[in-house]
Amino acid sequence: MRGPVTDLPIVFDRVLVRAGLTTILDRLTLTLSSGSPTLVIGPNGAGKSTLLRLCMGLAVPTEGRITWGGRADAKPTRRAFVFQRPVMLRRTVSANVAYGLTHAGYPRAKLAARTAELLERVGLSDLAMRPARRLSGGEQQRLALARALARDPELLLLDEPTASLDPAATRGVEEIVRDTAQSGIKIVMASHDLGQVRRLAGDVVFMVRGNVREQTPAEDFLKNPSTSEAAAFVRGDLVV
Amino acid sequence: MLDGLNAWQLIMSGDATLFAIVKLSLAVSLSAVVLAAVIGLPLGASLALMRFPGRSAIVVLVNAFMGLPPVVVGLAVYLLLSRSGPLGNLGILFTPTAMIVAQAILIVPIIAALTRQTIEDLWIEYRDELSAMDVGPLGRITTLLWDARFSLLTALLAGFGRAAAEVGAVMIVGGNMEGFTRTMTTAIALETSKGNLPLALGLGMILVVIVLAINAAAWGARVWSERQVG
Amino acid sequence: MKRQYASFAFAFSLLAVAVATPSSAQDKSIVVASTTSTQDSGLFGYILPLFKAKTGIEVKVIAQGTGQALDTARRGDADVVFVHAKSQEEKFVAEGHGVKRFDVMYNDFVMIGPKSDLAGVGGSKDIVAALKTIQGKALPFVSRGDKSGTHSAELALWKQAGIDLETAKGPWYREIGQGMGAALNAAGAMNAYVISDRGTWLSFKNPGDLVIAVEGDKRLFNQYGVILVNPEKHPAVKKDLGQSFIDWLISPEGQGAIAVYQVNSKQLFFPNAEKRAS
Repeated sequence: MRGPVTDLPIVFDRVLVRAGLTTILDRLTLTLSSGSPTLVIGPNGAGKSTLLRLCMGLAVPTEGRITWGGRADAKPTRRAFVFQRPVMLRRTVSANVAYGLTHAGYPRAKLAARTAELLERVGLSDLAMRPARRLSGGEQQRLALARALARDPELLLLDEPTASLDPAATRGVEEIVRDTAQSGIKIVMASHDLGQVRRLAGDVVFMVRGNVREQTPAEDFLKNPSTSEAAAFVRGDLVV
Repeated sequence: MLDGLNAWQLIMSGDATLFAIVKLSLAVSLSAVVLAAVIGLPLGASLALMRFPGRSAIVVLVNAFMGLPPVVVGLAVYLLLSRSGPLGNLGILFTPTAMIVAQAILIVPIIAALTRQTIEDLWIEYRDELSAMDVGPLGRITTLLWDARFSLLTALLAGFGRAAAEVGAVMIVGGNMEGFTRTMTTAIALETSKGNLPLALGLGMILVVIVLAINAAAWGARVWSERQVG
Repeated sequence: MKRQYASFAFAFSLLAVAVATPSSAQDKSIVVASTTSTQDSGLFGYILPLFKAKTGIEVKVIAQGTGQALDTARRGDADVVFVHAKSQEEKFVAEGHGVKRFDVMYNDFVMIGPKSDLAGVGGSKDIVAALKTIQGKALPFVSRGDKSGTHSAELALWKQAGIDLETAKGPWYREIGQGMGAALNAAGAMNAYVISDRGTWLSFKNPGDLVIAVEGDKRLFNQYGVILVNPEKHPAVKKDLGQSFIDWLISPEGQGAIAVYQVNSKQLFFPNAEKRAS
């Protein structure tokens, strides 16, 4: 009896990513399984974005293998991505969500109803008819989340989604992420902010210079980091 | 200089011949823009978004053909549509249809080249999101064309400007027949060759004013639209 | 928003098609290839409405130089040719492109020159002598140089003056390759002599310092002919409608209309079709 098709766990097997002469990911080995949110943290240039993009299928490894639920070239139908700076289509808020639904293959007849549901979920129902480009940064990010959730993903990848937002907007986004995690969707999120790790993380993947240094539950990482680099990072020192 | 005043009197009195000439000029050039847009917008977008063997050569050709001399295009179309030419059976030589076709050929490169540049630039911004939403090639073309619509309006206006201003193509394929294929530009050329320079100049000024008005209207439409959708 | 754009584009396309599609009235129409000087004289503006009122046939005139008009007909793009270069016309018929050539009318050429008249030919009736003087003194002379009927007539006159243009040509002889109005403009600007048809000269609005230098010489008469393009060579030719036009032109009615037409109270064209037994 075969189980339902799933993208998890995502397994990285000695993945090397090189751009020109620079090595971005250095024979990285990692397993991301279903469960509580995984926060990917580390200094700039560690390769967090690249890791997430590989998970999504937006980038391909130079060497090494990635498998999704055991399959080598799985289509990204059950995955969704939220970028640090979302691109709003030049149309209304509601139309942006409908666009995401349409391209995920959602039936036309039920489009309007589902759009309304998703807008409700991210708290943008009042702004449905506003031109999306005229939203504030936080509102745009929430719209991006709605668009991502429109794909009915089992895995939601977020690349430092609150890095450009003020605290109030950040809280709005984190609430939605938390709700999403609680509804059973796996969250993998790159973050800069140790506070965010404390607030959201189930477990932590700590990266430095293209490699995973630690993969531990969040509390353990924050209280007892195993590596000196992790300790420096948690202390707030620069990790070079 | 009295004839310059005569030109003004013609406008004010609503001279029927002048009105017919203006109407034909606008109908031909605007139709040519629509036809050229139907071809040029998807062509430009495809060149921007797709990669295929020979693409670079086509891009260079399209850019180069922005400078096609109108009279050369007119001559080529004339030879195609002539009764003794391959498409003579269509019987459209010396009709406004032939003029629209010739002008459309003339402005497809402009629209395609400007579209390609606009969409290429926009793709840099949209690439991540559209890839993440798994949008296929056709979807990318339509999405980017629609989102770039205000910039593309400028490309269409550039095409319209070229069509409304040219005389070489419409003169040859239309024949400048009084009452049937005489446009503003061919009328100006005719009056100039007859030595009626003040009248020709007057007609020229009318043409410029009309083109200005169209551009102003397009600008107004864009401003209003942007206010609606941001 | 999308719907508004779509319906606008659709309505626009309908308008464009309506404009571009020849209306049913033009099914009863013919294309006549004629010359710029005939068109510019305004003759067609006068006689064509009369023809249409009588037969309901719309005549669309494409006005080019004689050489170009005959070439247009050779390609089958015109139904009737109406030009003024007898030798070229006869060659056209001999080639099999035309059915038969009919005389229609004649007008005359005049030589235009600067008021200052450096050739000293003003008021003369001898065109050949005038040309000899101009060439002898190397005075500026403008030629149309465009294979037109006027150009052919000019070349024939040089031959009659016994001057071989190929050897005699110099910077004084300026071929501009354009129509009559442009040639007159050029002559005015260069203080040069030029041969023009009387009709274009009479309606020329920019005479400046130009006046008629030579007129009335029999050798300046300019004969017009009309020919139906041969339907055997060009099956698409509207031979019945075209023949109606020719018949009308050489009928007493058409000939009368031609004679009545005036510019500045002067008759321009003198009908001389062969009288047929009615």
